[in-house]
Amino acid sequence: MAKIKCALIGSGNIGTDLIYKIRRSELLEPVWMVGIDAGSEGLARARALGLKTTAEGVDGLLPHVLADGVQIAFDATSAYVHPENSRRLNALGVLVIDLTPAAIGPLCVPPVNLREHADKVEMNVNMISCAGQATIPIVHAISRVQGVDYAEIVASLASKSVGPGTRANLDEFTYTTSDALRAVGGARRGKALAIINPAEPPMIMRNTISCLTDEEPMQAAITASVLEMIEEVRKYVPGYRLVNGPDFDGRRVTVFMEVAGLGDYLPTYAGNLDIMTAAATRTAELFAEEILAGTIKLEPWQREAA
Amino acid sequence: MDLKGRKVVLHDMSLRDGMHAKKEQMSLEQMVNVATALDAAGVPLLQVTHGAGLGGNSLQHGFAPHSNEEYLRAVAPRLKQARVSVLLIPGLGTMRELQSAHDCGARSVHVATHCTEADTSPQHIAFARKLGMDTSGFLMMAHLNTADGLAEQGRLMESYGAQTVYITDSAGYMLPDDVRRAVGRMRAVLKPETEIGFHGHNNLGMGIANSLAAIEEGASRIDVSVAGLGAGAGNTPLEVFAAVCERMGIITGVDLFKLMDLAEDMVVPMMDHMVRVDRESLTLGFAGVYSTFLLHSKRASQRYGVPARDILVELGRKKMIGGQEDMILDTAMTMAKERGLPRDVAA
Repeated sequence: MAKIKCALIGSGNIGTDLIYKIRRSELLEPVWMVGIDAGSEGLARARALGLKTTAEGVDGLLPHVLADGVQIAFDATSAYVHPENSRRLNALGVLVIDLTPAAIGPLCVPPVNLREHADKVEMNVNMISCAGQATIPIVHAISRVQGVDYAEIVASLASKSVGPGTRANLDEFTYTTSDALRAVGGARRGKALAIINPAEPPMIMRNTISCLTDEEPMQAAITASVLEMIEEVRKYVPGYRLVNGPDFDGRRVTVFMEVAGLGDYLPTYAGNLDIMTAAATRTAELFAEEILAGTIKLEPWQREAA
Repeated sequence: MDLKGRKVVLHDMSLRDGMHAKKEQMSLEQMVNVATALDAAGVPLLQVTHGAGLGGNSLQHGFAPHSNEEYLRAVAPRLKQARVSVLLIPGLGTMRELQSAHDCGARSVHVATHCTEADTSPQHIAFARKLGMDTSGFLMMAHLNTADGLAEQGRLMESYGAQTVYITDSAGYMLPDDVRRAVGRMRAVLKPETEIGFHGHNNLGMGIANSLAAIEEGASRIDVSVAGLGAGAGNTPLEVFAAVCERMGIITGVDLFKLMDLAEDMVVPMMDHMVRVDRESLTLGFAGVYSTFLLHSKRASQRYGVPARDILVELGRKKMIGGQEDMILDTAMTMAKERGLPRDVAA
């Protein structure tokens, strides 16, 4: 079966883990990896796995995009360089999946709103953050039952799983995730907290989601909706697991989740890495299905001036 | 120990760390009254706002009756000589909030990270310096890192622009020899002009002794709290430490009797519970658990029927760190399941 060819921009933890996720897909094929450091481990792995690589950044990829038939690019660089990367790739008709906190395109959480984005053939979709992917489905599961005034999430990440980009830009992580709890989760207000824990052995990623409902929570309906949503996420992140809850305390509903990864690039504790790469892969797959079926067609695209 | 003639800057924490001991419920009037009394007693720096600092108002850490900006705007203009400081923990507080705190009169900041994660603070430290604030890097839960490790983290914070680096004994776990090693190693690697601070909790009754050990090895800033009002068994009590400093000839510039009166007449009557070494706060110090977990674990204990001490020991074993208050209820729920206790005994 034909596969859609993909390029990975950024050779850090996320980009490298994506190679494994995409190779496993029946719809996607990784063909290029782009870095900026010729000595990076990510590029070496990519070469060993048969990808073409360049250490010249996106400049090194652009001349090959059409010849090699690249249709989808995953950008795991930084919020600062993403907009320019995206503009140049979109201009060649390449769909860009943004794994940085840049969020210039619509925010995407697969079980919540991926279908809408695919139907509109959005040429840039943003994956928010690992914490966003791990928590927004739960907020949505509660807000589809009854109004949520406020959603707050706490993401605890193993120190070894948090790369230098996230560390140096924690505020962007906070802003992007908080905003998405509202915009995608459906809460009226949102707040995201991140904790980096260095315990050995490393702790598996944990997420605590608390929502304040407008009225007394409808316990049975919320519990059923949350459990159903967990099953949806488990389709692409098998290690997504309910540890405790839903706990009901007045208008407060709290759900305690754990995310174990598949152990592709980083060990299984790095569920934060997996949920991001798995959600991005799931997103690309839905677009790929439509492209292969001929129901959507990617065209060179330029963002209208704001 | 001869510390005669050493100059030490005392930094009061009662209106920030003390918020934890008040379940974040302090009125503007209480803040202003304590702050102006500290100012009149010559305390040069005092920290205010929510116990978890900037961005602290949350389900995770509790909601104070006022925003941080309201507390800062109430306190800052009333001070004659003291400067107001704030706490900023990256991952919780942001630079937008620091800007706002500065606009409301904050002139000093503790930029706090867990003791191994200094590299989550470069943006915030640099921004604080850009605002012209007196900027400290604050290495929390210091007992979870080695002296060499702490020194390396301190160097990172110094490289981002921190003018002071703190060894922060958030769990009140450290003993004087631990503090001596940590501060000594830090002093050896930092630039001579970079100051070292120590922030203690009194969970093992070591607040005073640890602060003296820090000064002995070169610390020049000590966090204290009038009447000890702070998380866990409280911080190093300001009036007691001031008396000890006076006896030892350490120069602090504060008025001992005014502080004694403030502690006795105003701060102790504000306490919801006696802030002291009791069974649970001692457990914090013994098990190496973040002091703020105290009241949260008591509440989880009431809801799920697992003794607070058992919850705290388990959290210590799992190496939970500051900010992971959500894991208290989670741990209590898991332990209740394992023990076959009924779900939510309070319900």
